[in-house]
Amino acid sequence: MSSFLPPAERNWWSTPVGKQEVIWVGIALVWCLIMFLMMPYWHLYGKQNLSSEAYQTTPAKFQQRVDEMVAQYQVGEEAGMPIVKPPVGSDVYMLGRLWQWYPILELEKDQPYRLHLSSMDWNHGFSLQPVNINLQIIPGYEMVLTVTPDQAGEFTVVCNEFCGIGHHVMLGKIYVKEN
Amino acid sequence: MAQFRVCPDSGFYFDKNAESLMKANAVAGAVFLLIAGLLGLGVILTRWQEVHLLPADVFYQVLTGHGINALIFWIIFFEIAILYFASSTLLRTRLAAPRWAWLGFALMIIGALMNNIAVLQGNSSVMMTSYAPMQAAPHFYLGLILFAVGALIGCMVFFGTLVIAKEDRTYEGSVPLVTFGAITAAIIAVFTIASGAIILIPTFLWSIGYVGHIDAAMYRVIWWGMGHSSQQINVAAHVSVWYLLVGVLFGARPMSEKVSRMAFLLYILFLQLACAHHVLVDPGLSAEFKVFNTSYAMYLAVLASMIHGLTVPGSMEVAQRQKGLTKGMFEWLRKAPWGNPVFSGFFLSLVIFGFLGGITGVVMGTEQINLIIHNTIYVPAHFHATVAVGTTLAFMALTYLLIPVLFRRQTFLPWMAKWQPYVFSAGMTLMILFMLGAGTLGVSRRHWDMDFTGAMLAFEYPGTAYTMMAVAGIGGVLGVLGGVMYLVVTVGSLLFGKKLDESAGLLQGFGVPLAPSSYTVEQPERLPMAPKLAVEEHGSAGFEAPGTFVLAMFLLVCFVVYYFINWDYLASVWPLS
Repeated sequence: MSSFLPPAERNWWSTPVGKQEVIWVGIALVWCLIMFLMMPYWHLYGKQNLSSEAYQTTPAKFQQRVDEMVAQYQVGEEAGMPIVKPPVGSDVYMLGRLWQWYPILELEKDQPYRLHLSSMDWNHGFSLQPVNINLQIIPGYEMVLTVTPDQAGEFTVVCNEFCGIGHHVMLGKIYVKEN
Repeated sequence: MAQFRVCPDSGFYFDKNAESLMKANAVAGAVFLLIAGLLGLGVILTRWQEVHLLPADVFYQVLTGHGINALIFWIIFFEIAILYFASSTLLRTRLAAPRWAWLGFALMIIGALMNNIAVLQGNSSVMMTSYAPMQAAPHFYLGLILFAVGALIGCMVFFGTLVIAKEDRTYEGSVPLVTFGAITAAIIAVFTIASGAIILIPTFLWSIGYVGHIDAAMYRVIWWGMGHSSQQINVAAHVSVWYLLVGVLFGARPMSEKVSRMAFLLYILFLQLACAHHVLVDPGLSAEFKVFNTSYAMYLAVLASMIHGLTVPGSMEVAQRQKGLTKGMFEWLRKAPWGNPVFSGFFLSLVIFGFLGGITGVVMGTEQINLIIHNTIYVPAHFHATVAVGTTLAFMALTYLLIPVLFRRQTFLPWMAKWQPYVFSAGMTLMILFMLGAGTLGVSRRHWDMDFTGAMLAFEYPGTAYTMMAVAGIGGVLGVLGGVMYLVVTVGSLLFGKKLDESAGLLQGFGVPLAPSSYTVEQPERLPMAPKLAVEEHGSAGFEAPGTFVLAMFLLVCFVVYYFINWDYLASVWPLS
């Protein structure tokens, strides 16, 4: 009974450690290092990495940029929301607010876009379904990432950060068309 | 003058003040567990889409209360009891500053009630995390602050007790491993509470109008400095409880004091990192920060947990083998006391924490993999494996030990106690596995309606997601049933259990101690060092615990396979840079 008694040896530090533990610590350490190195490895060779590009912004400033894009590139309307088709490779904007993702984007498959995301009010969660890409959208910050949709079809942005009573109706759309 | 009683069954010495405080804290913890469990039932019955019990506003209110009561109040009350046990009882010393300890307890009670009232009033449904700029009522934050101050006082009483024990030389040699683990937990707790103060005090001032603006991104980083490390207090505490229980049940000694203590030291050094787990997909944080922080600096805290994962069952195996259970790889495990809830609770806690909680935690805390997991229902699945099973079940198992030892009562309805760990962990495991599955399909956490009723645009999750949430619902109900069984046994034991001492009164369970005649003012005999083994086995050529090694390798294989499956899944989503 010594897990709750003082160690049997006054100098427990110099009691030799069993082989089994030494081997296990070695194996576990190697595994930990592999897991650690996987992250930088993926930055170099993987395709799904978040950029750390972000800017402080204000809801008004971001809204203005979104409105400019909508005015310039609107191609349609769905459920009262503009559908916007910005040029390939351009800066595209989507904002989260209580309780919608605005506007609807139409993108071309296999083309890169610089996607800017921000919130007008509280935290929101950008959860692109059914792809399952999830990002945290924070008011006052504009996140910029280069995204290349590699599937065509209809995609939904679910809000997956709690944002009040209407949280569950907060949906957005991204259409990806074959070019 | 300090007064002690000795428990004739276990040989533990209880200082009267410490004893009353342990009882009060443990009972308070159980009350908040009851609240948390009932609220949890509301949550899971709403997430089960075919049942969809609560309206949206009540759901978010209940979810807020569930998280705070389970993750903060239940666990920290119980942990304070453990700190007093690991210092005063294990070291046979009087508790430092009992009046301060009662003050701390009172503050924790006031804080917990204040916070619950704020949530109950309905204008503080902000989730446990209360991300600014979403604002709760001022007493929501004030309650948490008071609770934290109370808990901090508890930690200081613990440290003071260690100092007294050392001054009075109440023990020979070094502190026991269990106490060492408790010290780890308390150090992490101080760090946690400091982070909490840094973020909650300004947030409180903001809620009453003294501070104009709380930066939403900064809030998340610092809040999680508290939120994540608070869960690490639990890890350190329940690992200590595991060591205590294998010692009590099997007379097990650590395979190596050095290795186990080094593993705890790694917790102290690295476990407070990992606030980044929660902000991996936030804007603006550099990859270097995320990689370093999320991995606890090269996964050194994960290494520590993997070490405990070997040495806890390993020490049990060694003790069992010494008793002659040496047949094959697993006789030591097969012939373990599976009908004793102290053992079954401990062992299920260990297995589920390791296989479900540990593996999923590391996987989703990987910088890039988090992209496919963040804020899905995978996340609560993970922390129900770590906290709701790992920590909570370990504490339940400890409770079954404390009913006779601390409360001096016979267990009420022993058959129910016997089944409780199985029912609870079966239910929770079912819920966890299917929530993990639903999360992989993208189902969101903290979401009232997966049908999106009333949304202008439409979206449907695949049918499998609904099935998975339904099975999770069944599991959750079973888990709550297991929780109710625990409370029936514990409350029943305190009220109706046969008294093991004649002098024990009804109120004993609520902090009123035994009749004074049971106590003596004599300082207990100095705590001796553990007896030396006749044959020193450490360092011998063979493996002392081959069965455990096989289990550990099995864990590792599951870990590696699951880890790379998730990389593969990540590689299939849209390229981002």
